Amino acid sequence: MAMRIRNLASRRTMMMNSSPISGLRSMSSSWWKNVEPAPKDPILGVTEAFLADPSPDKVNVGVGAYRDDNGKPVVLDCVREAERRIAGTSFMEYLPMGGSVKMVEETLKLAYGDNSEFVKDKRIAAVQSLSGTGACRLFADFQKRFCPGSQIYIPVPTWSNHHNIWRDAQVPQKTYHYYHPETKGLDFKGLMDDVKNAPEGSFFLLHACAHNPTGVDPTEEQWREISQLFKAKNHFAFFDMAYQGFASGDPARDAKSIRIFLEDGHHIGISQSYAKNMGLYGQRVGCLSVLCENEKQAVTVKSQLQQLARPMYSNPPLHGAQIVSTILGDPELKSLWLKEVKIMADRIIGMRTTLRESLEKLGSPLSWEHVTKQIGMFCYSGLTPEQVDRLTSEYHIYMTRNGRISMAGVTTGNVGYLANAIHEVTKSS
Amino acid sequence: MNTNDFSSSSSSSSPSDRRIGALLRHLTAGTDADRVSSVFASPTSGVAGGSVFAHLVQAPEDAILGVTIAYNKDPSPIKLNLGVGAYRTEEGKPLVLNVVRKAEQQLINDRSRIKEYLPIVGLGEFNKLSAKLILGADSPAIRENRVTTVECLSGTGSLRVGGEFLARHYHQKTIYIPQPTWGNHPKIFTLAGLSVKTYRYYDPSTRGLNFQGLLEDLGAAPQGSIVLLHACAHNPTGVDPTLEQWEQIRKLMRSKGLMPFFDSAYQGFASGSLDTDAKPIRMFVADGGELLVAQSYAKNMGLYGERVGALSIVCKAADVAGRVESQLKLVIRPMYSNPPIHGASIVAVILRDRNLFNEWTLELKAMADRIISMRKQLFEALRARGTPGDWTHIIKQIGMFTFTGLNPAQVSYMTKEYHIYMTSDGRISMAGLSSKTVPHLADAIHAVVTKAL
Repeated sequence: MAMRIRNLASRRTMMMNSSPISGLRSMSSSWWKNVEPAPKDPILGVTEAFLADPSPDKVNVGVGAYRDDNGKPVVLDCVREAERRIAGTSFMEYLPMGGSVKMVEETLKLAYGDNSEFVKDKRIAAVQSLSGTGACRLFADFQKRFCPGSQIYIPVPTWSNHHNIWRDAQVPQKTYHYYHPETKGLDFKGLMDDVKNAPEGSFFLLHACAHNPTGVDPTEEQWREISQLFKAKNHFAFFDMAYQGFASGDPARDAKSIRIFLEDGHHIGISQSYAKNMGLYGQRVGCLSVLCENEKQAVTVKSQLQQLARPMYSNPPLHGAQIVSTILGDPELKSLWLKEVKIMADRIIGMRTTLRESLEKLGSPLSWEHVTKQIGMFCYSGLTPEQVDRLTSEYHIYMTRNGRISMAGVTTGNVGYLANAIHEVTKSS
Repeated sequence: MNTNDFSSSSSSSSPSDRRIGALLRHLTAGTDADRVSSVFASPTSGVAGGSVFAHLVQAPEDAILGVTIAYNKDPSPIKLNLGVGAYRTEEGKPLVLNVVRKAEQQLINDRSRIKEYLPIVGLGEFNKLSAKLILGADSPAIRENRVTTVECLSGTGSLRVGGEFLARHYHQKTIYIPQPTWGNHPKIFTLAGLSVKTYRYYDPSTRGLNFQGLLEDLGAAPQGSIVLLHACAHNPTGVDPTLEQWEQIRKLMRSKGLMPFFDSAYQGFASGSLDTDAKPIRMFVADGGELLVAQSYAKNMGLYGERVGALSIVCKAADVAGRVESQLKLVIRPMYSNPPIHGASIVAVILRDRNLFNEWTLELKAMADRIISMRKQLFEALRARGTPGDWTHIIKQIGMFTFTGLNPAQVSYMTKEYHIYMTSDGRISMAGLSSKTVPHLADAIHAVVTKAL
């Protein structure tokens, strides 16, 4: 009763306080009052927490954005030069729904090869996408629309947003074995069993290189075996390639898994991102491609991909695409880019070595071999959530609770501190 | 493609059923029954070595963007593109505003700028400035922290994110859109998971607003339904309610708890005044109620291709706004993670600087004035030719577009004989006209109206 009186009183107050032009009974409560606060994103929430920490010793090895050896974000020289050339020249008109044709052409060369027969034969349906996320989402929506009974097999573990993407596209998910906690390497047998046991014609999400979050990649021989089994099972391979060039320093080498599948005749799909390898994170530039049987089919598939893009964002953003086209379309700039990618990859490889050696020098009872065996931006340390929490609360070191360390955040300045802290929380293991 | 073809749903079917139904109708426009059934072919139907997508049929060309494609193919030297709504100067050239060029330079010269990921909600400063721009700097809703604003990919992206949010969290899953409306609206909301219905808007006999029909249809809508409102410069008709009519609409909607979702794609572009063009939205905010608004900077800042926009949700209370923002992030993250940085940065530079902002308002007024002048010139040209019919709607309608009232046969004739390109609903983009080309258009209109077609 008291509640009802209070509600009535508050409604009358609302009416009295509302503008004289309202003239109607106004609802006393919000339509959104039952909206729950959403959980923080597990990855992006880490940087938020890091930024809020006042400690001078804090270290951010959370989100996967590259840092130089001073811990500073980097704008590549090739990008600065491209922007200098673009500034003042763009009319900022709408791109077509499928994005910049030039940018897509150059991007396909990276994934499929400079002299790809598939490019020549126009068999690839490709559209510019909102970085890797956008490419995956567009493909997931496309999969839902045109193979509505299908599901997606996702590796365990994977980038957490993969689950969100296919869920929001309403494509049911299954998982396949990938990471072996004991070896901190690939569970190849588990993977192959799951591939074999999946129904014929299943859709699989594969990380082309530098698996996120584990850094564990199949060897070339293992990729060949996976490809053969995929053929036998008529599975669809969708590659998420977010780190081409960033893993080994050599883009061609990092695309090996894709090239193997292409050689073996698979009709694959690929998500490509320039967020990391060109440092274009916030520009949101990437590409979705689907290899088809022939040119006619590619035209058809592209038209349907555009039908999905139009009610999402109409056409993709121009600026990032212009940067990519400018760099990849100019031999000098492209060559500069390849150099800069190698520098970034090499710095990370160097930090892996240093971190491992530091931990071994501290006399850690555990093996840290995986730190140098794993590849790409991330190291799956094997730290437990509780150990990660201690690193944060006692040492102000920030990483995702699955123990994923972004090696790009490790510098000669903080690697000693990091190694010491890891040693402290693990030495009694 | 008939842009008014979308599902009218029964309330008993699930959202995904309605989506599939809507998609099926969309996909099968123009195809035969055999190909309809193949849309649901088994995922394993791809023959070993064949593609699992072999059963796809080609999608129809987008009605609006298809016009420009056809125009580009035409070799005629007198061709005129009155299709897509991008501003053109008197010389027929695209225009980059001076303030945009200045902002670009500022960004380039700032070597400390980095291009890291924006937060999921986008550039914070941009969000705050955008809310102020549309709601007014002195808006009580902003003062009371009751507004959540997220950067999105222009108007389209803002509408889609807002639609998805509503489909997940709002108790009513039906949105009413005006008849006619921008062709992309029904597709956006259908894919967002809402069911789409229409309300009467345009009256072909007066070429003005069917206000009676509008009030009747909104009056008959179930309590709490969502209503899409064009804030100003209705696309495609150019017909806007008067302020008195807006007030009646507001009263009716509030009495039925209808949720307003404003599409603001032309603020400043319609009348030349940012505040005037935002008035309908501000009237709704002033009564203390809730609403959504999708803002685009494509036209009023000429940032088309950079995809800059914002979705604002005005809530009853600050804590509600906070929770709403957290849920918007869950919509955005699996769609594209975070929005693009470049366009929003340009907007922020302009809006935060007193001088640049003022210069922008002048450039905006100049664009709006040129369009108004084109309306006057076309009207005069038709009058001078004695073209039969009442053409006052050309000067009464507002914004980038004029709904001429020409039918598809007449439009087709104008394209074929006069190389004038427009959408088949008779919508012309006034921004595509110049003093030099008005006579050509007037001749063409005169010809089709006096011909028996």
